[in-house]
Amino acid sequence: MSTATAKHDDHGHDSHGHPTGLMRWVKSTNHKDIGTMYLWFSFTMFLFAGAMAMGIRAELFQPGLQFFQPQVFNQLTTLHGLIMIFGAIMPAFVGFANWQVPLMIGAPDMAFPRLNNMSFWLLIPAALLLVASIFVPGGAVAGGWTMYPPLAIQGGLSMDMSIFALHILGVSSIVGSINIITTIFNMRAPGMTLMKMPMFVWTWLITAYLLIAAMPVLAGALTMMITDRHFGTHFFNAAGGGDPVLFQHVFWFFGHPEVYIMILPAFGILSTIIPTFSRKPLFGYASMVYATTAIAVLSFVVWAHHMFTTGMPVAGQLFFMYSTMLISVPTGVKVFNWVATMWKGSMTFETPMLFAVAVVFLFTIGGLSGLVCAILPVDIQVQDTYYVVAHFHYVLFSGAAMSIMGGVYYWLPKWTGHMYDETLGKWHFWLTTIAFNVTFFPMHFTGLAGMPRRIPDYSQQFAEFNMISSYGAFALGLSQLLFLYVVIKCIKGGAKAPASPWEGAHGLEWTVPSPAPFHTFETPPVVK
Amino acid sequence: MSQSTKNYYLPGPSFWPLIASIALFLIFGGFALALNQIGSGKPLMIAGVLVFVYLLHGWFGEVIKESVSKVYNKQVDLSFRWGMGWFIFSEVMFFFGFFGALFYARNVSLHWIADAQLLWPGFVASWPSAGPKLVLEGSIGPWGLPAINTLLLLTSGATLTWAHWGLMKNNRNQLTIGLVLTILLGFAFVLLQAHEYGENVFTIKSGIYGATFYMLTGFHGLHVTMGAIMLTIILLRVRSGHFDAHNHFGFEAVAWYWHFVDVVWLFLFIFVYWL
Repeated sequence: MSTATAKHDDHGHDSHGHPTGLMRWVKSTNHKDIGTMYLWFSFTMFLFAGAMAMGIRAELFQPGLQFFQPQVFNQLTTLHGLIMIFGAIMPAFVGFANWQVPLMIGAPDMAFPRLNNMSFWLLIPAALLLVASIFVPGGAVAGGWTMYPPLAIQGGLSMDMSIFALHILGVSSIVGSINIITTIFNMRAPGMTLMKMPMFVWTWLITAYLLIAAMPVLAGALTMMITDRHFGTHFFNAAGGGDPVLFQHVFWFFGHPEVYIMILPAFGILSTIIPTFSRKPLFGYASMVYATTAIAVLSFVVWAHHMFTTGMPVAGQLFFMYSTMLISVPTGVKVFNWVATMWKGSMTFETPMLFAVAVVFLFTIGGLSGLVCAILPVDIQVQDTYYVVAHFHYVLFSGAAMSIMGGVYYWLPKWTGHMYDETLGKWHFWLTTIAFNVTFFPMHFTGLAGMPRRIPDYSQQFAEFNMISSYGAFALGLSQLLFLYVVIKCIKGGAKAPASPWEGAHGLEWTVPSPAPFHTFETPPVVK
Repeated sequence: MSQSTKNYYLPGPSFWPLIASIALFLIFGGFALALNQIGSGKPLMIAGVLVFVYLLHGWFGEVIKESVSKVYNKQVDLSFRWGMGWFIFSEVMFFFGFFGALFYARNVSLHWIADAQLLWPGFVASWPSAGPKLVLEGSIGPWGLPAINTLLLLTSGATLTWAHWGLMKNNRNQLTIGLVLTILLGFAFVLLQAHEYGENVFTIKSGIYGATFYMLTGFHGLHVTMGAIMLTIILLRVRSGHFDAHNHFGFEAVAWYWHFVDVVWLFLFIFVYWL
């Protein structure tokens, strides 16, 4: 079948008058090229926001002010958060979706190829606005990535630039998600029923739904912010009958689904890697689908657990505490299924599998510390401390980012046609995992002891743990340069990858040659 | 393009996405500058809007050309349906955010402000309200212009469906007349809404009532205007002989959008004007 596909390719190639050089990328309507652009954009932003994290950790290396004024420090934490979330993690997952969803469901491309390219190219003006905001008078936004009023209402030009950057990113996400949902519903190869779809496709289907439901709400919150700032409305001002807490409600109504937007595709990647290297089918496929759906539904009724200390009736606090704890049930189902998939499998530990196993373990730590934060009386203690920083880095770095790394190693042979350097890949894995834990595990202790986050200075008693964290962070940052090197090395050359380089891998993407030809599945395959 | 209609139509390389990106950069970048009284802001914004209009004309023009030359098969048609449906869902969620703000202010936060008598002694929670520090001058009830507007929009939904029936029966006159009536009713709605804005004593600055009122009705009015413009383009396409009884998703997409705008208005009428 693959030879037939290849022949068809050349034909499509010629008839499109496919441009080369820069125009190949600018005018692209090809899901693979667009996926590549998404992934490189994400990597660039990852290194950029990572460099900001290095700045944060350099400042926190010792007590006292070393390098940055508090205002600059707050700009670093704010932009680090905004860029990592909207510039690194989300685009990386969209890059995966672009590359893999059409290949996995046997579609010739995304449903709307031109809109697909627009989703990518909208990232550029948004990134420009965010980065340029560092250099305007007053500096970048410094009120945290959540942009709570009234502080956010008082910000200068950079606040407006950041709000509009998020508006543009929202348009990009909504358009991209409509594209992905439509592709999944309408472009599946004959015979691929919903319950036969690869788990990664399922998780992206749910994620796209979450994005379409949540992003417009963020747009609403940001619009109210703009009118409060410049047009005299009083949405977030109690003197005019509004309420600053209203912003938090609307923001977290978006913000909590956003958390699952950043982790569900990672679950999809894990559910692809673990069966491959355990040489067993995914345990409990159907329960995995239902668990993902349950997480998506619950994600809309837990938002106020971010606001336990900002004012809410006790009944509300209790409701949000219990609904939050309820989410651990479907998540637990997933962790159980991954472990059960590995159980008695003939496992091997190539780099993608190392990442996947580490994610299952480390994400579970992050999930458990999340449960701790969900308990109302405890949360009142740990709110805004480094305990929360530890928690969300365990779910976002060792959950989302490390799944992305595992996924990159897993599919690099398909994308580039070469095997990556396994030794260097393993080095990257061990350096990342050890450095990550050295960086963030001590934050559980400093946080429980009461060290507040988003403050450039701290009491002497936290000095040792902070120094350890900083050493870990520098090692973590440097290890990612090794990642960059491994990826470039793999693109440039390496052992030739066969169509299916992994013994235990199943799925349509492994039936096409490596690297995947420019056009695939122009005539849909039939799935039995 | 050599693809037969048997295969899913895949468009070739296109400049439009980049132009969209430039347009939004100019509009939002310029808007941010203009809001901070920086001189280059407004010209940049205007340039951005012009690029955006050029983009809409060019990109939709290309899609219409493709549609007329019959390169789209049934599956592409279905993609457009899914796409439009989810787009409307995203719009629903956008309005949901503002309605949420309205309910929260009316039913929750105003009462909390009234309970905090230490801060603002004597403030009583009621609706409409401009909050403890502002005075609300006037408000608007449902049974004047808003009721007429409701009637206009509901009628326009009916005339649009009647036009659709005309299209299905291949009765081009019924189609054209129905569309013209719908567009006229739509613009009449916008004009009456503008008139109502002119009569109102309270403004967007009149506390939470003014803010929620103008935000909700303003965004709705904007959507009606866009819908009416879209209907006008559909009318022009009808006049150039596009669409037949089996192949008219462009018409249906705009009709869906129009009914969505209609439903949002009903919620506005009930929760903003009436209750």
